[in-house]
Amino acid sequence: MSAAIGNTIVSLPDQSTAQIPRHNYINNEHGLLSWLLTSDHKRIAILYLISITFFFFIGGAFAGLIRLELLTPQPDLVSSDTYNKFFTMHGIIMIFLFLVPSVPATLGNFLIPIMLGAKDLAFPKINLLSWYLYMIGGTLTLTALVLGGVDTGWTFTTPLSTHYLNTHVITAATAIFVAGFSSIFTGLNFIVTIHRMRCPGMTWFRMPLFVWAHYAASLLMVLGTPVLAIALTLVALERLFGIGVFDPTKGGDPLLFQHLFWFYSHPAVYIMILPGMGVISEVISTFSRKRIFGYTAVAFSSVAIALFGFFVWEHHMFIMGVSSYSALVFSLLTMLVAVPSAIKIFNWTFTLQKGSITFETPMLYAFGFMGLFTIGGLTGIFLGSLGMDIHLTETYFIVAHFHFVMVGGMLMAFLAGIHFWWPKMTGRMYPESLSKLAAVTTFIGFNLTFLPQFILGYLGMPRRYHAYPPEFQVLNVLSTAGATVLGFGYMLPMLYLAWSLKYGAIAGNNPWQATGLEWQIQSPPLMENFIETPVMDHEAYDYEWLANKTRNEVTTVG
Amino acid sequence: MGLSPVLWQFLVKWLHSSSLFPTEASGISPYVDALYFFLVAMTVFGTALVAALLLAFSIRYRREKSPVATHVEGSTLLEATWTIIPLAIFLVAFVWGALLYFRIYNPPANAMNIYVVGKQWMWKAEHPGGQHEINALHVPMGQPVQLTMISQDVFHSLSIPDFRIKREVIPGRYSTVWFEATQPGTYHLFCTQYCGTQHSGMVGEVTVLTPEDYEKWLQQSTSGMSLAQNGERLFSSMGCNSCHNGTAAARGPSLAGVYGSKLTLTDGSQILVDDAYLRDTILNPSKHVTAGFAPIMPTYQGQMSEDGLIDLVEFIKNMQSNYRVQQTLVTAESGEAAPTTPPPGTTETGKP
Amino acid sequence: MDNALASTGLTTQPAPDPHPHETAVHAEHEHVALPQHRHHFETEEQQREAGSFGMWLFLVTEIMFFGGMFFAYLLYRNWYYPAFAAASSQLSVPLGGTNTAILITSGFCMALGVWAAEVRRRKMLVVTLILTTLFGLAFLGIKYDEYHEKYELHHIPGNNFNVSQFVNPAAYGIKEEPLAPDMAQKTQIFFFLYFAMTGMHAVHLIIGIGLLFWLTWRAHRGDFSSGYVAPIENFGLYWHFIDIVWLFLFPLLYLINRHPLH
Repeated sequence: MSAAIGNTIVSLPDQSTAQIPRHNYINNEHGLLSWLLTSDHKRIAILYLISITFFFFIGGAFAGLIRLELLTPQPDLVSSDTYNKFFTMHGIIMIFLFLVPSVPATLGNFLIPIMLGAKDLAFPKINLLSWYLYMIGGTLTLTALVLGGVDTGWTFTTPLSTHYLNTHVITAATAIFVAGFSSIFTGLNFIVTIHRMRCPGMTWFRMPLFVWAHYAASLLMVLGTPVLAIALTLVALERLFGIGVFDPTKGGDPLLFQHLFWFYSHPAVYIMILPGMGVISEVISTFSRKRIFGYTAVAFSSVAIALFGFFVWEHHMFIMGVSSYSALVFSLLTMLVAVPSAIKIFNWTFTLQKGSITFETPMLYAFGFMGLFTIGGLTGIFLGSLGMDIHLTETYFIVAHFHFVMVGGMLMAFLAGIHFWWPKMTGRMYPESLSKLAAVTTFIGFNLTFLPQFILGYLGMPRRYHAYPPEFQVLNVLSTAGATVLGFGYMLPMLYLAWSLKYGAIAGNNPWQATGLEWQIQSPPLMENFIETPVMDHEAYDYEWLANKTRNEVTTVG
Repeated sequence: MGLSPVLWQFLVKWLHSSSLFPTEASGISPYVDALYFFLVAMTVFGTALVAALLLAFSIRYRREKSPVATHVEGSTLLEATWTIIPLAIFLVAFVWGALLYFRIYNPPANAMNIYVVGKQWMWKAEHPGGQHEINALHVPMGQPVQLTMISQDVFHSLSIPDFRIKREVIPGRYSTVWFEATQPGTYHLFCTQYCGTQHSGMVGEVTVLTPEDYEKWLQQSTSGMSLAQNGERLFSSMGCNSCHNGTAAARGPSLAGVYGSKLTLTDGSQILVDDAYLRDTILNPSKHVTAGFAPIMPTYQGQMSEDGLIDLVEFIKNMQSNYRVQQTLVTAESGEAAPTTPPPGTTETGKP
Repeated sequence: MDNALASTGLTTQPAPDPHPHETAVHAEHEHVALPQHRHHFETEEQQREAGSFGMWLFLVTEIMFFGGMFFAYLLYRNWYYPAFAAASSQLSVPLGGTNTAILITSGFCMALGVWAAEVRRRKMLVVTLILTTLFGLAFLGIKYDEYHEKYELHHIPGNNFNVSQFVNPAAYGIKEEPLAPDMAQKTQIFFFLYFAMTGMHAVHLIIGIGLLFWLTWRAHRGDFSSGYVAPIENFGLYWHFIDIVWLFLFPLLYLINRHPLH
């Protein structure tokens, strides 16, 4: 191992003698029950990983069906009702069952205690409860789907959702309500863990940026989600009893629902993207072998995003007849919230400067993230700019914008993270060239899918349209073609990652020569992570410390 | 690879019929497009900058060239640079966008008004002269047109991409948007807020006519009664005239010339009388009681369609004197058996 | 190279022990042996702090949850002030006031219970927990009575909602200004918010009472008599939170709209 460090990137141990550690969290106990009743954060992370992958592909299947329908301008593949159910299910599943829990519940769950030098999250049982709540939410969503679907759109706009539809709105609302509590508990667990469970020497500014990002996201989860919960409760009650809090004919105000809904659902966007930004910080630092440029700026920008993120919700309502002056204020705040993201992008970029860069799969995904998130972020400025928003909102422009942020940003980050920590989670490597192919395919497919949608949006094609004027067809065909490539790009990792579970090369403790505490323990880790409570005696991303440590180990061992 | 001529023709036709850019067909379009180009330039520049830096650093500092990384903590100067410059650009976008927003949503004084009612799943336009059209809108060129819109059921949103305008059409309150068409032709009219099953069928056509053609069209499509005339009929048939007749003994305030004035309410607050206020007082009269009057007016919630309300609002808007109201009252009283005008009082007790 | 060896991470301790706790030395922590100590916490102090911090955070979440309804209430109160005033006058201040007193007393009992647990008095803890439960149940009983009255008056929002009492109060022997019918309809919004807010509050109370049964049983068993008081403390926080929500609900719903009877 010692000889390998100098010149190769992946310092795999000698494969002929290498073994997965005899004791680890995977083989500590056996049987299905030992997984279903576990309170180990790593096992719960794996449970989450399996379940969100399942829901990702269901949501993805709906996306595929939507794109297939939009191949032609005529409503010919399915009926309008079915199409409406497709995009509703796509939205609900992707947002509440995939994007919100994606990085926090899998990677965050797995890594935050280890990164902090703790044995587990503060409340392991509540952590397991979160997963069960998530599964109940997921099951209810599938129930709504099987019973005949929902066609409210994921936004549940009143009074459409309360008085004008007879689909399974209450089931879907309950599903989101329950899944919401799952994310509240995850956030709560993270915040308490970060505050109270740091190992000796782990000061706030020695924490990896991944943890900072999760801290900011958790604040949003804890403060935002309950408001969504109450908004959906009121929708369900209004449907059940026919009362009119949101119904103008009975004196209610439908805009009140919009305020309550977006008060959560805008911060939710940051719940989705912040953990992804955390992943990118880790990956960029590791593969340029350099401390993140402007660590404090990146850390504080996460918190700033969380803070400002709570005061921009009205930008979803600029054309809804809100007062012009409040629109001004919210537009200004929207411009402000874009700045911390810009800061992050530039800090990551300058981390590369004077680094020693290699281009493993996670790094490729991270580069993809940087490009696509920049476009996604900057097109957000279009929508925050009041006069431009009038023309662009509710069109495919906005669809393209949030897919650039959510799919181009978050999904890329999620895949970067999964590839980056896969050796740690499973102890095995994935096939390198195949995974690079997947990264490139995803990037190309993504751009082909969503770049045409920006143009469609400016042309005025409204979102959620089952049929559209024929002059929009060329761009739609391009988009569908891209979606095919994209779908292929997402299938690949699932296949080769599953393959690698059995046949992948043994990864060893620190294949990337990264500095995080998680890389200093065995892969896969022990049941309680550390043999003895670690003491943090260096800054985060201290590659000199790592070099010294490796040198010492080599001398003591060999 | 041989491409079959049929496919080739198909492709050519396809590409020919598609465009990258909507027509500029309203007065505001060039201004919106200018902002759009600015923002596109910003995006392209920003993305290119990030991409160029990534590429340059990746080449210059790749492992082969730079085997050992140099430790750099950060730089306050650089941090300040990339905080302030993006912020400045974003603020330009903010100010520019805000100016446009106020322009698009504040109609000029000389705008002609057309009412639009949205319902699942059609647009109904009502011209002041009483012309009705479904999923179509005829407007004159070169004349500012204000749309006063309301939904009868759920949220809709009226969008005319070629005019670069859009506004949510909300149940229970009027919203407005205005434009000035600059080119004759037909343009798409979309509902952009998801409104149920036939959302994508809630589309129409906006036809821009030269002023002369528009006059001709108005002549041809007239239904015989203007909105205000319809409103006058409703005013007497619903019994409004029994109280709002401007006589000394009237139990309700006179409505002549009330539109556009400032009213003092019983709670002392002042309120400007506009379309929205008129509509709301008909439906929720006790919410706004004019000073000096008792809160005795019944609600007409559930008894009048949005079209009827528009007629009434249009009538009250154009009411300059109480002369005709008193005339209809006299006629009604003389023929008391006339079923169209219930005597005062019955409307109240008739309410559930 | 041996992976297990390298797995020792930051330490140089070699043995890859699957049960590190049994070998790890915790000289400075005296309470490690306590049964309630969860092994993933370094010290019991840390566990206790984490627990109460988590509880506080959860209560912040709850505040946001109720906050949505308070926001709706304030908005509509502003819009439909007369209806809210009339409907509010219909609520019984004596009953609400009694309930407030009951809930405050139960909060006092709970606080006593926390103290009893801290000074390790098992019997007293059990008694105070039972008293807390009883007061909680009494609150629910009175609440049920109030709900029942609304039911009889057809003041439950929905299809059977009846506004006649507000349109024609004289017929019911109530000395109130009559409301115009359109405004009277808006009392339905008041009652909906009334039921939603007090209902959510009652749900929290019912959950609390459920937990109280469990805690009483554990206290009786002696779980909290040896210095381990975190569950009691945290539950105390929750219970006080319920009290405090009521202390906002009572004036908002019962008192501030009430106008002097003439």
